Amino acid sequence: MRFRLSTLAALAALLALALPIAARSEDTIKVGILHSLSGTMAISETALKETALMTIAEINAAGGVMGKKLVPVVVDPASNWPLFAEKARQLISQDKVAVVFGCWTSVSRKSVLPVFSELNGLLFYPVQYEGEELEKNVFYTGAAPNQQAIPAVEYLMSPDGGGAKRFFLLGTDYVYPRTTNKILRAFLHSKGVQDKDIAEVYTPFGHGDYQTIVANIKQFAAGGKTAVISTINGDSNVPFYKELGNAGLKATDVPVVAFSVGEEELRGVDTRPLVGHLAAWNYFMSLKNPENAAFVQKYRAWAKKRNLPNADKAVTNDPMEATYVGIHMWKQAVEKAHSTATDKVIAAMAGQTFNAPSGFVLTMDPTNHHLHKPVFIGEIRADGQFNVVWKTREPIRAQPWSPFITGNESKQNM
Amino acid sequence: MEVRPPRRSLLRPVLAATPRAGWWGLASAAAIAFLVVPALHLLVPPSSPLHVSDYAVAVAGKIACYATVAVALDLIWGYAGILSLGHGLFFALGGYAFGMYLMRAIGHDGVYQSDLPDFMVFLDWKAYPWYWRGTEHPGWALALVVLVPGIVAFVFGWFAFRSRVRGVYFSIITQALTYAAMLLFFRNDTGFGGNNGFTDFKRIFGFPVAAPGTRVALFAASVLVLLVTLVVCRWLVVSRFGRVLRAIRDGESRLVCLGYDTLWYKLLVWTLSAVLCAIAGALYVPQVGIINPSEMSPANSIEIAIWVAVGGRGTLVGAALGAVLVNLAKSWFTQAMPELWLFFLGFLFVAVTLFVPDGVVGLVRKVRRRRRAQVPGAADPDRAVEEVVA
Amino acid sequence: MLLPRLLPLLALALAARPAGAASLDPALLKGLAAEDSGDKIAAIRALTLAGGPEAATVLQALADDRLQVSRERILIDEGDRLRDAATGEPLARAPGDVEAITINNRVRRVAEGSLALLRLFDASRSVRAQAAEALGGTVTPELLPLLERALAEEKVRAIRETLEIVRARTQLGSSEPALRLAAVKALGAGGTLAVRSLLAGAADPAGEPDAAVRKAAAASLAAVDRRLLLADAVNRTFSGLSLGSILLLAALGLAITYGIMGVINMAHGELLMIGAYAGYAVQSLFRARFPGGHDWYVVAAIPVAFGAAFVVGVAMERAVIRHLYRRPLESLLATWGLSLVLIQAARVSFGAQNVQVANPSWMSGGVTLLPSAVLPWNRLVIVGFSLAVLAATWLLLTRTRLGMFVRAVTQNRAMAGCVGVPTSRVDTLAFGLGAGIAGLGGLALSQISNVGPEMGQLYIVDSFMVVVLGGVGQLAGAVLAALGLGVASKFLEGVTGAVVAKIAVLAFVVVFIQRRPQGLFAPKGRAVES
Repeated sequence: MRFRLSTLAALAALLALALPIAARSEDTIKVGILHSLSGTMAISETALKETALMTIAEINAAGGVMGKKLVPVVVDPASNWPLFAEKARQLISQDKVAVVFGCWTSVSRKSVLPVFSELNGLLFYPVQYEGEELEKNVFYTGAAPNQQAIPAVEYLMSPDGGGAKRFFLLGTDYVYPRTTNKILRAFLHSKGVQDKDIAEVYTPFGHGDYQTIVANIKQFAAGGKTAVISTINGDSNVPFYKELGNAGLKATDVPVVAFSVGEEELRGVDTRPLVGHLAAWNYFMSLKNPENAAFVQKYRAWAKKRNLPNADKAVTNDPMEATYVGIHMWKQAVEKAHSTATDKVIAAMAGQTFNAPSGFVLTMDPTNHHLHKPVFIGEIRADGQFNVVWKTREPIRAQPWSPFITGNESKQNM
Repeated sequence: MEVRPPRRSLLRPVLAATPRAGWWGLASAAAIAFLVVPALHLLVPPSSPLHVSDYAVAVAGKIACYATVAVALDLIWGYAGILSLGHGLFFALGGYAFGMYLMRAIGHDGVYQSDLPDFMVFLDWKAYPWYWRGTEHPGWALALVVLVPGIVAFVFGWFAFRSRVRGVYFSIITQALTYAAMLLFFRNDTGFGGNNGFTDFKRIFGFPVAAPGTRVALFAASVLVLLVTLVVCRWLVVSRFGRVLRAIRDGESRLVCLGYDTLWYKLLVWTLSAVLCAIAGALYVPQVGIINPSEMSPANSIEIAIWVAVGGRGTLVGAALGAVLVNLAKSWFTQAMPELWLFFLGFLFVAVTLFVPDGVVGLVRKVRRRRRAQVPGAADPDRAVEEVVA
Repeated sequence: MLLPRLLPLLALALAARPAGAASLDPALLKGLAAEDSGDKIAAIRALTLAGGPEAATVLQALADDRLQVSRERILIDEGDRLRDAATGEPLARAPGDVEAITINNRVRRVAEGSLALLRLFDASRSVRAQAAEALGGTVTPELLPLLERALAEEKVRAIRETLEIVRARTQLGSSEPALRLAAVKALGAGGTLAVRSLLAGAADPAGEPDAAVRKAAAASLAAVDRRLLLADAVNRTFSGLSLGSILLLAALGLAITYGIMGVINMAHGELLMIGAYAGYAVQSLFRARFPGGHDWYVVAAIPVAFGAAFVVGVAMERAVIRHLYRRPLESLLATWGLSLVLIQAARVSFGAQNVQVANPSWMSGGVTLLPSAVLPWNRLVIVGFSLAVLAATWLLLTRTRLGMFVRAVTQNRAMAGCVGVPTSRVDTLAFGLGAGIAGLGGLALSQISNVGPEMGQLYIVDSFMVVVLGGVGQLAGAVLAALGLGVASKFLEGVTGAVVAKIAVLAFVVVFIQRRPQGLFAPKGRAVES
């Protein structure tokens, strides 16, 4: 069996891979981009990769960071969670990147956390999430529940939002909806809503047939003015909205507020039956202010230059804005610390501010690694954009450890 | 004087059937795994070009686990003709069983600093469900690694083989089985962490999971399991049992007519294969740091079949080689040309089944045989092997 | 001298102007641009009471986000120009400081309700009927006189009945027990969940002090409950049929190819995807070239979807599958590889994001069988479409030469070849046919769910279950299996939830196959093991 030698050869080849990559160029800084470009999450994450590349190009055109050009290192973890950890390790220990911008789902983030804390890397996470986490090596530029979910429910309970008395919590079965709904249930209890007026239903990923669930929502709604709080993830939103349209459930009867539906997700849907349904974010593409106009125009030009599919209809959304803000804040922190060393950058990030496309000045909180962000509630328009029907006057400070979960009182800061 | 028949040695067939080169290969692989790599990882400083990085050790360990799975699939597919497209299930079950112990070992160091794993805390559970009982003992967890997939495989195999479900139908229902299990495990209510699965491990057998020594030890253990699997499977297929397996593959009805009860042969090799996968899964989890239901996805299981097909069906070492090659290619493609990875994989499937049905190893053998046939009288070690075995 | 002669003309002209044609009061309209929703709602109510077609126009514009304000003047955006809402005069130039009036759900609900109320006076019967359905419970007591007037003028019985229920809903909140009693009795004719919940509140001592009213409410409640139960059964059965018809479309092609060639085609889901993307491409073409004919793009897409999938299927068969037909396990792997290539190709060409495929207008909305049982048009059309495809396939297989050859090759390939059937050509055509049907299935799917590169993956396991359950190459088996699985899934889902229902169905199929390996309709005759 001479081909045992081939096993030997294979192992040797493996070892050869371990040889570190030759000299790092002195006048560049490597930046890692860890987003799925294939698999189920590609739909959402490809746009973030493009935004990151656009921002890096913009920074380089303005002279780079500390005079050095940024070099993006893009890898594809293919919506495969173990591969996320492996790619993160590769980015930090093989490619020696100074910082990683990436992840979308909570699973992907949780699977890379041990890598970042072991290797003392730096991750900027741009997506709204369920909170209940605070890691030294991560900066969270997306919304925590009190910057998205809670204001949305408060709006739904207000007369303008429909004065909802009963709540149907519908989500995909994983940690983000589970934790968010747990927080929301505690919040609703604190507002006097009883358990009999709260329904909690979960569907698996990729679930496509919502006929039964929509029928159940109709039934539930017969008991009083109902609002649906949807934490359905990704593609499943499309069949859900289509079924709502089929069943004739209009937003004026039963408003649905979704936390994972933005301009990008609405691109694949016929929005005429959805007019009036809601979303809560810290940014909408339809916001009218100079920073946003510039941001949207920049991204459209970039999409056209890169020949992205459907470039003329390219949209921007909240995670894209968070990516943009995160990269700029990191640049500012590096320049303040005069170094890309993780610990120095972490220290310099405290208190960073930036004029975001949302029209507000966002601040990185000095103690909890989260941004102070404004909250907007938008109603879907027939053209796939959002009408802002409510907004906060000023940015809200994040509470990553929700006060509505017992045991969190002691954990408020890093 | 009594003439006693010579004692049938258990080892003789496998020793006779394996040429010396094979044993040298085994020994050198063992030496690399147990001596060279640990030395280069632990003793050589990171700045030296000879240093084996933790990234490489983790990837190599993962690939060794995959190779074991490929060999296990080759055992039933290449030798018994049973194509299972749901072997990822047993791999994942083994991973989950060991993962339960690893979750217990986190102790109070989780995010919520509670006795329960984080996912149970946010589900508002107050105590461990009954199937978690005892998993804080590594011994019981290891027993579960072998027992649970083994029993699932046995029961499923019993019903399937008894009804003489065969061929494509069998493959389809193994797909259905792993798909159903994946759906089940995706439910948070099932108590296995749902979509997040098990992650954030801290300790294994008292050692920190991220320490270089632990990592190298896990890598060495994975290679050890691979080598033992190869030897055990080799022993199995060169024995009389292996001959019956090959007969099952080639013409089961005839064999049944000859009086063999093929059910037990198939069941035994099927269960053994499942247990080997499970052990590989148990070693995979601490190296990768996460186990989640997408390991049970039908696509993963189909990919295992392609590893075996690429390397060479019906040659155990070929399966291991196939796993190594395809996974190295995957690592490289997803880094260098991510958009092209799926094209490459797809075309690989098509090309291998159309043009290289015997895989790389089969091709090598064919070429060597052709070259040897041109030299009359030359000794042919491959033929020698086949004579003993056939 | 001229004036006395003109006066009669003037009087005639004045008398000829329909009532309410006087221009709208700008003060009323001003309220529409208020910051506070409550002020907006008050303005809408006042406008409604003023009545008239101009009011309806303004309210429609408000609901459509087409109302704008410029320095206290309310303007209607008609796309190419602006019109003054008060006078109805178009503006020559757009003023510089125009701001859109945005509304939220609360305001929209009131606006739509008021619009429906105004439409009750429309000349067209269908408009009035639709308006009556849309009223629901939006008529507040101050708008009741308008509703009474509409009832008095309404001649059509069906619309009268609907309006009576609407009036009863409003009257239920009245302070006079006699009115409430009448209302409760009238509501007994209703059949929606909203009516039920109102009656439940009226039957409850906590909500209703008068005993006579409570008794009547309980009787009405029973009647409404009976109607709702029937509606529920209808809905569930229809959901099951709908799911079954989709499974059938998805699995029919697979049944044919598996029957004739014994090839399990793992790329079948991607053939579905090709049909769906074909629909998207035709829609884009229509949007670009024939915007008026947008509603008919689906019909034009049918041959395109069939053709595209047919071509890809034939290419697959010629290039890959024909070399593997004696090796089913390898063909499984090879077709899986093809599916990966097709998915990535779709991702690269159309983008990883889902694309938007809109229902044509004749497929939107639904048919109302019972007040609580609305069968969506798109699902009805799909059920009809799958029956049509099934019929066409059956005709093809039983009445044409090609069909005869396909059946012959399915039953006994060797003998068919011996008697002169060109088996390899029949293989190609049959595979192409199966692929084309899958393409049609994908087109149907695009109307009710996502269109993205990975859409086929969701249906592959279900298609296999149908084929394996139904038996080799048996149309009847595939039909029965698809419908059975669909209906069973839906009924189970109502009890256990979606995930457990799916797992149960899978488990059932796994067990069934072990009991009856050849499926529901096993091929008769001796089957020699290959």
